[in-house]
Amino acid sequence: MTKETILLLSTVILLLPLLGFTIIIFNQKRLGKAAGYLGSAVLGIDLILSIIVAFSKLVTFAGEGMIQTKFDWINLGTKTISIGIGVDNLTAVMLIVVTLISFLVHLFSMEYMAEDKRFPRFYAYLGIFTFSMLGIVIANNFLNMYIFWELVGLSSYLLIGFWYEKDSAANASKKAFITNRIGDLGFFAGIMIVFFTYGSFMFDDVFAGVASGLLPFDSGTMLTAAGILLFCGAIGKSAQFPLHVWLPDAMEGPTPVSALIHAATMVAAGVYLTCRIFPMLTADALIFVAYIGAITAFMAATIAITQNDFKKVLAYSTVSQLGYMIMAIGVGAYTNGFFHLVTHAWFKACLFLGSGSVIHAMHHAAHHFHDHHTDPQDIRNMGGLRKTMPLTYITFLFVTIAISGVPFTSGFLSKDGILAGTLAFGSLSGHWLIPIAGFGAAGMTAFYMFRLLIESFHGKAKTNIASHTHENNKLITGPLVLLSVLTIWVFYSFNPIDATSGWFQKSIKTPATSVPAALQFDFLMPLNAEGHNAAAHTEVATHNATNSHTELAKHEAAANTHGAEAKSAHGSHALNKFEEEMHHMHYPAMIASLLIAGLGILLSFCFYQFKVFSPDNMANMIKPFYKISLNKWYFDEIYDKTVIGLTLGFAKLLSWFDGAVIDGIVNGVATVFRGIGWFVGKFDNIVIDGFVNLTAQTTGFFGAAFRKVQTGRIQAYLIFTIVGLMILFYFLV
Amino acid sequence: MGIGLTHYLIISILLFALGVFGIATRKNAILVLMGLELILNSANINFIAFARFGGMNIEGHVAVIFVIILAAAEVAVALAIILNIYQNFRHVDVDEINQLKD
Amino acid sequence: MALYDVIFYLFATIVLVSAGGVVFSRKMMYSAFSLLFTFFGVSGLYVLLSADFIAVTQIMVYVGGILVLIIFGVMLTTKITGVDIKSGTLGAFQMGIAGLASLAIAVFMIIMSMNTQWMQKDPLAETSTTVEAIGGLLFTEYLLAFGVAAILLLVAFIGAALIARRK
Repeated sequence: MTKETILLLSTVILLLPLLGFTIIIFNQKRLGKAAGYLGSAVLGIDLILSIIVAFSKLVTFAGEGMIQTKFDWINLGTKTISIGIGVDNLTAVMLIVVTLISFLVHLFSMEYMAEDKRFPRFYAYLGIFTFSMLGIVIANNFLNMYIFWELVGLSSYLLIGFWYEKDSAANASKKAFITNRIGDLGFFAGIMIVFFTYGSFMFDDVFAGVASGLLPFDSGTMLTAAGILLFCGAIGKSAQFPLHVWLPDAMEGPTPVSALIHAATMVAAGVYLTCRIFPMLTADALIFVAYIGAITAFMAATIAITQNDFKKVLAYSTVSQLGYMIMAIGVGAYTNGFFHLVTHAWFKACLFLGSGSVIHAMHHAAHHFHDHHTDPQDIRNMGGLRKTMPLTYITFLFVTIAISGVPFTSGFLSKDGILAGTLAFGSLSGHWLIPIAGFGAAGMTAFYMFRLLIESFHGKAKTNIASHTHENNKLITGPLVLLSVLTIWVFYSFNPIDATSGWFQKSIKTPATSVPAALQFDFLMPLNAEGHNAAAHTEVATHNATNSHTELAKHEAAANTHGAEAKSAHGSHALNKFEEEMHHMHYPAMIASLLIAGLGILLSFCFYQFKVFSPDNMANMIKPFYKISLNKWYFDEIYDKTVIGLTLGFAKLLSWFDGAVIDGIVNGVATVFRGIGWFVGKFDNIVIDGFVNLTAQTTGFFGAAFRKVQTGRIQAYLIFTIVGLMILFYFLV
Repeated sequence: MGIGLTHYLIISILLFALGVFGIATRKNAILVLMGLELILNSANINFIAFARFGGMNIEGHVAVIFVIILAAAEVAVALAIILNIYQNFRHVDVDEINQLKD
Repeated sequence: MALYDVIFYLFATIVLVSAGGVVFSRKMMYSAFSLLFTFFGVSGLYVLLSADFIAVTQIMVYVGGILVLIIFGVMLTTKITGVDIKSGTLGAFQMGIAGLASLAIAVFMIIMSMNTQWMQKDPLAETSTTVEAIGGLLFTEYLLAFGVAAILLLVAFIGAALIARRK
């Protein structure tokens, strides 16, 4: 397969869901239930194509960077805006993630949404969402990415508010949209800085510009600022602190939507963006990213412990895991962060679909009893579902183990890598808070996930409804089984405790940072042949850059080949000091994470399964902490009081200003003008009218005189013209 | 004296004057149209003459082509209008079609 | 007198006499056929001016197209068939004014053209054909005008069909 074929197929992959959307949205009545088959078929083809593209990229062109094409879109004087698409290893993996989960969600929804009266519309929205998400994935420039970024925001808005009759759903969709917009504002500003400085939206142009020593406004601080502003987009989309508040509310949407958008793909877009801009993040920006991720991971985990709504627990778990990925990228464990994105996509999608299965069953049972008061999503109403829904239980157990980080699962591989990365970062830079937050979150994750599992599936049924649930049909359980199978370690690496030898980590390599050495951690700079830091080397190269770009390129190429030689010579020699350190930290991190996950699971069983301690007593003992966690750290209240309160107050102030000052001025002016108007009116009547009448009479007189000339005969007019011409001739010649 | 620019110009002028006279005097709309054709032809002769003698070169020829195109379009539309007038008035005498007056 | 001059005067006579026929003839069909000769004469003049392509176009478009259209027009707008359809002229007064004006314009312009020092260049070298040069110009410098003219023609024909249609 040639590169052109890959690009062509990627375009087809991108456009197919759009085609599906167009067909379905215009034929809603005619298609009816067939919309489900159509949407699923489209995504099935998309999935197959994605696998072909990813396979050929990862096998045939594994060593190449980005296969891309670009063309000029707009010429703005001296600047040209180009757009295009590109496929690199990152994209190839993301293509499979997006299409596979989208496909499974399409299948799942055929049963889950079967009774909805807007069934075709749901499939249309799923189509447009998939289209936009694929657009982000195969963009090779900031502009394309931004366009699809906003499209994703729109489709997420449509899907969260799909049941817009419910006030809570409508409000949640608005909240999600507006919160995202705040992040996107930063993203947009970042893009503008980048375009202003480097004159291009292309990733490779921008990184080459950074590498050549060109800085925004000639200041390293501005490069940091640009990186952080771009990262703001990720903060919004990936629900990072402090903009995470929309994601739990977004659970008002249909559960398959939660699985597709708010667990596996859309929220991963922020992480994907952070991966993309990784080469231009400076040391300060990386620390910012790492801390945001660490805070999010820790805070969301504490909240998830006390939530009682099935989907809310999963939502906060998602926020926490996303924080994990962001933190991983922030500390430089790029590969592991992205690896966690992929593994998390499988098990979180499975968890959400599992919750969908449970809710579906609960809903049907409640319907059977004509009970509309019991909340089918509250885990306090469940229990004992293990017996009535065995398949759902087994898959749920599998993925719970995976997300808790137990060995022989994908979650263990990726989480272990991240924790090793944070430890390495802590030891190299002294920021020890980050690994502490990481380990804390890991323990809590194990705890609350098992709490959820035990509360809902184990023990005795707590309500009549729970005991009358039934296992769902194959359309719902099929995706669950497939996704839970994907959590087994062999799919990523044959070594169950170390993923570095697996195909995944081999094909997704941390890109070399292009930030000048002065602005970057020295342990992230590439090493040269002697194993020493190449920072000084690159600095010289940067110096030369002002004179000749080609020389720099040569220099860098030389440095790269040196690095590669060093690597081959010493076998496992790492790319830079950080990777070396990460290698050292692998076993300590693994043991610590095993201990802490085991502790979390053990505590969970003690509290909820064997009731050794009573959770209520515990809650009473540490009441303030319990309250904070249950109320989600009061974020909504704080925002209500501060941001929203301030905005409303300001609006009221403006309204008062409008009413009192502006209206007063307007009324005053009006009175004055009314007086003037009266005078002018008189003047008009007497003087002006007199003139006008005189003019009219004069014109009328001449009109009557000249009317005679207008015979209506064309030929007469012609003769007049000729006579006029003759007179002109006479005077001019 | 050999045949030069002026000869052609004089022919063109005479043709033009005849055309003007025809337009000004004939009652029938179609004959007016014929006069118009004469005028267009006189203009064309000028173009070609200047192309030959006045250094206008081949561009004069191109101008003539555009004039011919225009004439074709004009005749088509004019005849359509004349047919329409005929349907309304049962004659095509321009001097009696003077509704413009009122 | 050279042969060139003889031919020139011959065509000039044809043009002027037949144009006179168009303008002064009482019968419309005579006018139409006189117009035919005028067109031929003008075409002949074009040949003398070594404008071969224009001469052929003149015959094809004017004679083959426009004149036929005009004759159709004559047929369609007169009740009686036959050649001696008479066409009246205006009153003697208007005739006089029109004649005077036309005469004056002719005299003025002839005087003007005789007195003007035209920017004369050497006559164009006689090439074998002008078609190639015209084609080149039309598709390079005058491409836009050419396209617009094509659209104009199309619009004119559609408009003509629309106007002439019976309601």
